[in-house]
Amino acid sequence: MKISREDVLRVAELAYLDLSEDELQRYRAQIDEILEYIGKLNELDTSHVEPMAQVLSDDQTADATLREDLIVPCAVAEDVLKHAPDPEPPYFRVPKVIER
Amino acid sequence: MTANWTIDGVKEALATKKVSARELTADFYAQIKAKNPELNAFLTLSPERARRQTDRIDALVAGAKALPPLAGVPVAVKDVISTRGIKTTCGSKILQNYIPPYDATAVERLEAAGAVILGKTNCDEFAMGSSNENSAYGPVKNPLSTDRVPGGSSGGSAAVVAAGLAVASLGTDTGGSIRQPGSFCGIPAMMGSYGRVSRYGLIAFASSLDRIGPFANNVKDVAAILEVIAGRDPHDSTSTTAAVPDYRGELGKPVEGLRLGIPKEYFGQGMDMGVRKKIEAGIEVFKKLGCELVEIRMPHTDYAIAAYYIIATAEASSNLARYDGVRYGLRVDDEALLSMYRKTRGAGFGAEVKRRIVLGTYVLSAGYYDAYYLKGQKVRSLIAQDFRDAFIKVDAILTPTSPVPPFKLGERTDDPLQMYLADIYTVTGSLAGVPGISVPCGKIDRRLPVGLQIFGPAFGEARVLQLAHAFELAGGATL
Repeated sequence: MKISREDVLRVAELAYLDLSEDELQRYRAQIDEILEYIGKLNELDTSHVEPMAQVLSDDQTADATLREDLIVPCAVAEDVLKHAPDPEPPYFRVPKVIER
Repeated sequence: MTANWTIDGVKEALATKKVSARELTADFYAQIKAKNPELNAFLTLSPERARRQTDRIDALVAGAKALPPLAGVPVAVKDVISTRGIKTTCGSKILQNYIPPYDATAVERLEAAGAVILGKTNCDEFAMGSSNENSAYGPVKNPLSTDRVPGGSSGGSAAVVAAGLAVASLGTDTGGSIRQPGSFCGIPAMMGSYGRVSRYGLIAFASSLDRIGPFANNVKDVAAILEVIAGRDPHDSTSTTAAVPDYRGELGKPVEGLRLGIPKEYFGQGMDMGVRKKIEAGIEVFKKLGCELVEIRMPHTDYAIAAYYIIATAEASSNLARYDGVRYGLRVDDEALLSMYRKTRGAGFGAEVKRRIVLGTYVLSAGYYDAYYLKGQKVRSLIAQDFRDAFIKVDAILTPTSPVPPFKLGERTDDPLQMYLADIYTVTGSLAGVPGISVPCGKIDRRLPVGLQIFGPAFGEARVLQLAHAFELAGGATL
């Protein structure tokens, strides 16, 4: 078994995700099977391979990392707040934060 | 009246006043009204926005002004792409009432080029799926065979074009989500190189993989749409400054003498016999066109699904952290903030999304990061290297788009791993960042479409389109 019930509970807590008992059991079994499949990557020796986080080479993004710091209009605050679940312009309102 | 419209056909009909933009759009809406209840391909229609655009186009025609490249062309947009003022749900309950305050750059460019946005198309929730059955708003049916899936995740965008409910559409591709539904619905569908089209306004699933691209009824129209949406956008730092070629202008160039790689690894076990026959016949077409076929090896192909489902879920678990019931979308009330987060996310996300968040969080979590996430990124390097090595020897690579023809609704929903394996031929190009197109390559039993996939080197879209166009002209779709 690659992933235990406790692992799923821990991860769901990290992701702030409520799971029902049924979901917990189902996902554990399914993810276990997926991780079993993923285990085939260990057939490859990657000790001398660099990890690849994204595909663009430096010269393709050089301009992006050194752009001018310009002020551009972005008057969307009102629109954004209008569609929030509990707006209190100019704020978003949330439940009281209680210590964990 | 809506069937068989092309971009050039629309322009010609408008310029010669055979039809007005308003009439044409009204006719498409009438067809949508008739056919969409069965197909479930459109989620939201935007007639008011379409009306404003057709008024602009009709005014240009009345004033005998020059018409922009996509003047009056009715298009549809996948519901993971932001449209100002038009509900954008990502196929999820968690965004069931979300109305974006801005347009995606691709949408803005389509409209600036004269296209008429008819509405938003159904898709797998947050683009996670290969059959469109993961939508919170019900599955889409394949218009060619309504007991079958249209493919996913851009199933709605493929279906509306195949059914004649839009002349073209935008989809998104993270591991095959444009190319596979294009294949399943029997139409050309293209993913440009990573960085070719701005992702600004594309609601993120896996940022290092996500790409926006077009569906249309012919390769020329795919080229026309790509040309409009491609190019640098200051709002997306990963969009490149590389010049956008005149893709349509390049289409007619001869393909004779081009070297095409056939990677052995894409013709292994698990491939449907009917698909194999069609693809082999498709490869013969290229031979007749004077291309040189070269057998090549891409030795890490078999590891692509495993690497992909680590990287994509890891990025998804991070990107989807934003759905917390505070700024937009669903909120399930609770007295405490953290339990409000948990309940909102637990109630708002569907099964596949939750499964991927759990898997993605797990592979990134302390103690597992090196074994899974880092390993996946290293294998991604090897897969990208396979492509670089191949493109030293060949100009393009030919493969099937999907190992199987469109499957029946409900056939694979109980087994996520089996569903993931349907992406086996498409995820490689996603990881490597190269462009790929799926072009129709006949139908099994004259009913189930097969797609042939053409990969080119990074920013080699023009060559990919040329080959697809030549294949289409040579009768590839009727094999």
